[in-house]
Amino acid sequence: MSFRCTGIVSVDDLKKLGLYPPPERLKKGPVVLVECPEEIPCDICVDACPFGVIIKESITSIPKVLWDKCTGCGTCVAKCPGLAIFVVDISHPAKASVVVPYEFLPRPRVGDKVVLLGRDGRRLGYGVVRDIFEDNKTLAVKIDVAREVALEVRGFEVVRHEEEG
Amino acid sequence: MVIERQRGLPEIPSLSPEKERMSRETLLADVLVIGGGPAGLAAAIKAAQFGLNIIIVEDHYKLGGQLIKQTHRFFGSRELFGGLRGFQIAQILERQVKEYGNVRVLTKTYAYGVFRDQWVGLISENSVYEAKAKCYILATGAMENYLAFPGNDLPGVIGAGGAQTLMNEYGIRPGKKALIVGAGNVGLIVAYQLLQAGVRVKAVLEIMPQIGGWFVHAAKIARYGVPILLQHTIKEVLGKDSVEAAIIVKVDKDYSPIPGTERKIECDFVLLSAGLTPDTRLLSQFGVKLKWVPELGGLVPLRTKYLETTIPNVLVAGDMSGIEEATTAIIEGWIAGLTAVVKVLGPKSEVLRERERLLKLLKEYRAAPVSERVKRGLKRVII
Repeated sequence: MSFRCTGIVSVDDLKKLGLYPPPERLKKGPVVLVECPEEIPCDICVDACPFGVIIKESITSIPKVLWDKCTGCGTCVAKCPGLAIFVVDISHPAKASVVVPYEFLPRPRVGDKVVLLGRDGRRLGYGVVRDIFEDNKTLAVKIDVAREVALEVRGFEVVRHEEEG
Repeated sequence: MVIERQRGLPEIPSLSPEKERMSRETLLADVLVIGGGPAGLAAAIKAAQFGLNIIIVEDHYKLGGQLIKQTHRFFGSRELFGGLRGFQIAQILERQVKEYGNVRVLTKTYAYGVFRDQWVGLISENSVYEAKAKCYILATGAMENYLAFPGNDLPGVIGAGGAQTLMNEYGIRPGKKALIVGAGNVGLIVAYQLLQAGVRVKAVLEIMPQIGGWFVHAAKIARYGVPILLQHTIKEVLGKDSVEAAIIVKVDKDYSPIPGTERKIECDFVLLSAGLTPDTRLLSQFGVKLKWVPELGGLVPLRTKYLETTIPNVLVAGDMSGIEEATTAIIEGWIAGLTAVVKVLGPKSEVLRERERLLKLLKEYRAAPVSERVKRGLKRVII
């Protein structure tokens, strides 16, 4: 089923649109994943990238990423109004991390254990918050995750029951 | 369609005895802008830049229209406030409008009717006004559509925009377990905002075979596990004094319910996001020609690309002229504001140049495939 029916974009869709990093780039270090498969009138990502790595030919065209120039810094993650940008790092054999945008309460803190969620909301185990950036109330949260789920994590829930309310 | 009266419009009424304690004022302006949402504010700002005397009338206590309850970040370029949240865009537009001494803002004021010789009647808590301008810009927005089904009058069945007002303007959570009908942008965005408010969203129903709104808005709720049920609609809402559950049903390709596919969903409120209807009530009193264009949400005014209706000094902008979104409403507002400048001050070349640039910008924004339907509709109303 198309992402227009599910709200879930597949890796195949992303590959077809040129939005999926090549395997050799994934091995090198952290890299951005722009999950923006629709021609949307927006170019905030183009301005957001400090290295000019995200390109749009017109305001409605699908973004292109210059994979080799992306440093995986994650500046764009908290700036994308569609919350559609992520950074993944699977370059180490044993550990991995993702940067995901987040706009819920409670606010996560570095060291928090979080429940990881996939594109379809499925639970993908636990991760630990390593770093947090903020841009206009949107957080970009870097989480250490298991390597096998790193390419799937798109959201999370903070588990901190004792402090709720 | 034109609404006409056999003996023309009546004279603007004088004060009735019980209203005598109210003050009365005659307002004369270059431009009367009716509606203080994104389109009306944008129009006033552009026209004010060229020194025109402007009055803006807004019925709410706060300027910004629907922007003031939009907590999500908007798409767009920097010029069009991309990356900012809707309420922040409203704050910027309000600040810009208030920078001009030549703009008078009347909030909590209704424009109640159009009378003979284009006098417009306005009323606020303590004052009545009769207003007349060289040029009128109508930016009255749109109204939410309702749906007919048993139980739709139970407390807890509300418009999605109404829920946004409760949550995002007044800080009141509309319930604990929501069912949303309609997966257009409004339904998807409100679903996300409900999640942010700690509400459980049981499902978003969509009668069409695909999601109506942007993919990224759908992705934001899909990743938090909200089911988007395509080819589903609401059959009935159950409850004694308020909503307790809803019966949903699958539909076939002709949108007819398929018997035997009913399902009960426990929820304590139901949000309807079944589209919007342009609010042309005041506009029609001016006597402009309207046309039924389903792609634009219903009855909308015929207009030139510069947003002049069939009455040349009555201009339109925003959702009232066809349902779109805030960004295009702002661009249309700017264009209408400049058209007013041309009408009042004559065709200055810098104004014409800027207006052509904005027309090009509007075209770029409508280049997205999602705008196809709107563009089809616009072909039928641009004269």
